[in-house]
Amino acid sequence: MHKYKILLMVSIVLLSGCSSLGVQPWERDLLAKKEMALTGSPIDSALDDHIYFSKEATSGGRSFGGGGCGCN
Amino acid sequence: MQLKKQNKSNLKALLTTATCALLGGTVQAATQANTEETWEFDTALMHYSETDRVSATEVIIAGKKTFVNDEVLSLKLTFDTLTGASANGAVAQPTPQTFTRPSGNGQYTIQEGETPLDDTFQDTRVQFTGQWTQPWWEGYTVSVGGNLSKEYDYTSISVNGNIARDFNNKNTTLSIGTAYAYDLIEPEGGIPDPLSAMLIGDSDDPSFESEFNATRIGSDDNKTTFDVLFGVTQVINRKMIVQFNYSLSTSSGYLTDPFKVISSVNANGEAQEYLHENRPDDRTKHAFFGQTKYHFDSGFLDASYRYMTDDWEIESHTFDVRYLIPFSNGHFIEPHVRMYTQSAADFYQPFIQEDAPLPDFISADYRIGDLDTYTVGLKYGIPMDNNNELSFRLEYYHQAPKSNGTEAIGVLNDVELYEPIDAIVAQVTYSF
Repeated sequence: MHKYKILLMVSIVLLSGCSSLGVQPWERDLLAKKEMALTGSPIDSALDDHIYFSKEATSGGRSFGGGGCGCN
Repeated sequence: MQLKKQNKSNLKALLTTATCALLGGTVQAATQANTEETWEFDTALMHYSETDRVSATEVIIAGKKTFVNDEVLSLKLTFDTLTGASANGAVAQPTPQTFTRPSGNGQYTIQEGETPLDDTFQDTRVQFTGQWTQPWWEGYTVSVGGNLSKEYDYTSISVNGNIARDFNNKNTTLSIGTAYAYDLIEPEGGIPDPLSAMLIGDSDDPSFESEFNATRIGSDDNKTTFDVLFGVTQVINRKMIVQFNYSLSTSSGYLTDPFKVISSVNANGEAQEYLHENRPDDRTKHAFFGQTKYHFDSGFLDASYRYMTDDWEIESHTFDVRYLIPFSNGHFIEPHVRMYTQSAADFYQPFIQEDAPLPDFISADYRIGDLDTYTVGLKYGIPMDNNNELSFRLEYYHQAPKSNGTEAIGVLNDVELYEPIDAIVAQVTYSF
């Protein structure tokens, strides 16, 4: 339970801190560029995830780690 | 026509603005109503090739349909084929070594001084993924999806659901997602009895089959994985956006690799037996992921860091940096560097001494040992007519397994226990 309380507190602090950040809707010209999308190329990410899932002991983080293949 | 095209690209830009991408780009919130239905496709051909080991070819066809009310349907079909040799876990020796194939069908011999590789790996996989994303109440976006992956000896089915909410003028997005996966493994030759010795003998002998079967405990096994992911995306200013994720992943069931063994050696380091590995049947992972995108005058920075820790005592750090440089003719070049380091699972050992007490869990798989890897790559993109894009990607991936502190004994001092691996990734992508 302790862990969840910390998580909740961190979320609240982040949220309140975040309220002073950001831009107005008419200031989104640069953020709107496709190069600024967080996952710039989902297809590259999918291929990379498959490679690193097969070769390293860590998966996920950006999205779900999941299972998906018996790859060696 | 020109006007219509401009209108379409503006809408794409607006939709991109609202991309939360919290969950691997699956959650998308729209800033305003879309006025035309569009299909967009990404197709890619990727070839992965390790020196003297595995090579894989993967084809992806992904389609995304955006409906007028900002509902998004994403479908993806993946094919891949895998051939080549993979380390079986045993250590190199100053003499040739003979191993029985995991299927029980025949044996293979490894020359002196060489890392034992099982060259029978051959598999073809088909994977289908679908995801439905739509605006919900004011400020909310929901998404549900599923995945089915089938190989000759492996089946994986998963479902996921996510919900995201925008705050602060859509400058902050909170998201929570969950996924459940069921994996079934049916290796040819069955599931080996954990910690039993690999049968090595005359595979043409009439009794070989029954003796081989005595090292097997079943024909298949399964595991389930349950993931929860919390995410925050925050616009910092006109040029910068950041994202933080925390994810919890619990797996239970058969987490052992049925194809891996560990060498049991005498006091002089000479292999006496090869024991089938055994891993715990539970694993809980925590991952913390942070990413930023920054719009410089000369290009776009994409930098991320991930920390992972789990109850197998593996810890890892991943750094990933890309910098996309656009040219005035619309082409772009994107250098990429990735660095990864992990510590070994507490039950990892490169080999075991025959007179040492046998632990409950043991594996010599270098992929859960101490390991450093890095990747350097370059992507080059060329705009085509009608907003289509062609791009090429070439990457070099280096894996450097390391000692976990176990001291080599006897003849093992004269062989390479931690052989590095080099791989090349070549990819062509066409988006239309």
